[in-house]
Amino acid sequence: MRIDQHPILEFDRGEKVSFFYNGQEIEGYTEETIAAALHAAGVRTLGHSPELHRPRGLFCAIGNCSSCFMTVDGQPNVRVCVTKVKAGMHVEEQEGKGVIRND
Amino acid sequence: MLIQNGIPTAEDILSVTPPKERFAKGAVAIAECFQKIPCNPCTKACVKKAIRVEPDINETPRIDFDVCNGCGACIARCPGLAIFVVDKTYSDTEALVKLPFEFLPVPKEGQLACGLSRSGEELGWFPVVKAVSGGKKNMTWTVTLAVPKELAMEVRNIKAGGYQDGR
Amino acid sequence: MIREAEILVIGGGPAGLCAAAAAASLGARVLVCERDYVPGGQLVKQTHKFFGSEKQYAGDRGIHIGRLLVENALADPNIEILTEATVLGIYEDGIVTVLHDNRHIKIRPQKTIVTTGASEKFLAFPGNDLPGIYGAGAVQTLMNVAGVRPAERVLMVGAGNIGLIVSYQLMQAGVEVAGVIEAAPKIGGYLVHASKIRRAGVPIRTGYTVKEAHGNGKLEGVTICKLDDNWQQIPGTEEEIACDTLCLAVGLTPLTELCWQAGCEMAFIRELSGHVPLVDENLETTVSGIYAAGDVSGIEEASSAMVEGRLAGFAAAESLGYEAERARELKAAAAAELSELRSGPAGARILAGLTKASGLLASKKGGQAVC
Repeated sequence: MRIDQHPILEFDRGEKVSFFYNGQEIEGYTEETIAAALHAAGVRTLGHSPELHRPRGLFCAIGNCSSCFMTVDGQPNVRVCVTKVKAGMHVEEQEGKGVIRND
Repeated sequence: MLIQNGIPTAEDILSVTPPKERFAKGAVAIAECFQKIPCNPCTKACVKKAIRVEPDINETPRIDFDVCNGCGACIARCPGLAIFVVDKTYSDTEALVKLPFEFLPVPKEGQLACGLSRSGEELGWFPVVKAVSGGKKNMTWTVTLAVPKELAMEVRNIKAGGYQDGR
Repeated sequence: MIREAEILVIGGGPAGLCAAAAAASLGARVLVCERDYVPGGQLVKQTHKFFGSEKQYAGDRGIHIGRLLVENALADPNIEILTEATVLGIYEDGIVTVLHDNRHIKIRPQKTIVTTGASEKFLAFPGNDLPGIYGAGAVQTLMNVAGVRPAERVLMVGAGNIGLIVSYQLMQAGVEVAGVIEAAPKIGGYLVHASKIRRAGVPIRTGYTVKEAHGNGKLEGVTICKLDDNWQQIPGTEEEIACDTLCLAVGLTPLTELCWQAGCEMAFIRELSGHVPLVDENLETTVSGIYAAGDVSGIEEASSAMVEGRLAGFAAAESLGYEAERARELKAAAAAELSELRSGPAGARILAGLTKASGLLASKKGGQAVC
């Protein structure tokens, strides 16, 4: 849920766009990070742990802990907490540790 | 104890409360700031230079009650939101309490707001006499409540929202 | 291709921006590498008013201070800021590598100022990997930067400044705060921050910790329990707190990987909250030409981070030969400001840590300790 009115802050969210999360169309804004846009859409589980397949969300939201790795437009291990939303982006949960492309 | 639960004790409050004779003269500022931390914007906020943080910025503020006229300019400037103005001469039965407020919605003058104690306890519904914005940059509102005199040293916050229409 | 730089500042937060401004003011050309897509560091999320004195922008909200520092830096012809630029390594041949725009860039700076700040500590308890368990900083980023409500009901762990301030900010964002628990027997943060949330009805309970977190695929509740004088959990004191978010504000650790890699002499100093590089009065590490300022050299406050940044910036510019006499005066003024900030009871711990650090540095150098 996005905050409508705040006693101190005004939010410059940028342009409203849509992008894809696991194939599903989701609303986002160009000044938001992917993690924030997913959070606003109620998505807190960003992946699963490699061995025990336990649901995993973000932790630090500042690009430090690598808890939020997802595959974005085919590129794996993207820290979605510091990556901004772009129109038409494809964001996917990755399986395990992500596979780096060879091209 | 303040250091364990964040609530100033009666002794803490007494140590910064003006004497009875000063209350009888009109509005006066009270700085409920008890810890030595490096901080002194209150000294710059007071036009009459009634607040001092000396000899260095780690001292707690001392208000010269005779110089202070209770204008309340310091309320919205204290980073700790720790300064209040109390005016026990408002009426025979009521005192004014001016407090800082940084939540939405802000109450409108004439509405009733729920007054809270230092421990967050609801003390009753009191008329909002004034609500002044701190401006676009400061953004801290100063809300003035009319409370029964015996609660003048108790009401220190209002519940955000749920305001009732005034009588 | 190697890019030359006079001064490289790693980390564009309060310390880094002040270091850049200080060095630039003496004529040095500065390149700032910032990992995030916007500079300002922790300041971009601090909606509360800062403490300290006028010289550290006391009374101004952190966000405004951050904006001012960034605007000044962007307007300064001697400063260039690269965002989304993650510094990967500092090598023995003096090359610094950076990942920027999906490219691997090499920089050869004459002087480097490390201002990478800190990261949040984590707590070990069963269920601590459930979605909904966030660092306090993460919650701040979501609500204050992105404008997204981070939760419906939060339990805050830690009553230091961060825990208290973020609890208040959560309420401003319309989130219910179930309470603040703190393992220590007393509140560690500024008591005025504690009083603000107490008078809004938020309980603060000292001597409590998280025993475990539970929920089906996401956080639904937490079991807390009391601690005895030896920090051990007391059986039978468990309580259930329903919440969808658990916020951990249990301390920060300096982000010192680059210092370790560069070969700086490091020491574990409890009062400075972890492993820190040993620095002299110029904030220069034991590797010549590498400086460290702000939280990376010891967890403290934004106000001291800004002044330390300034000191390091003046020192780096001075060492390059810029306006030696003015640099010395400005360094002395910054050092005096730091002393003033640290002269009260709140600064005693930091001073004790710094004294230990300079003692260790002196024994490494085999000379006199300088404080």
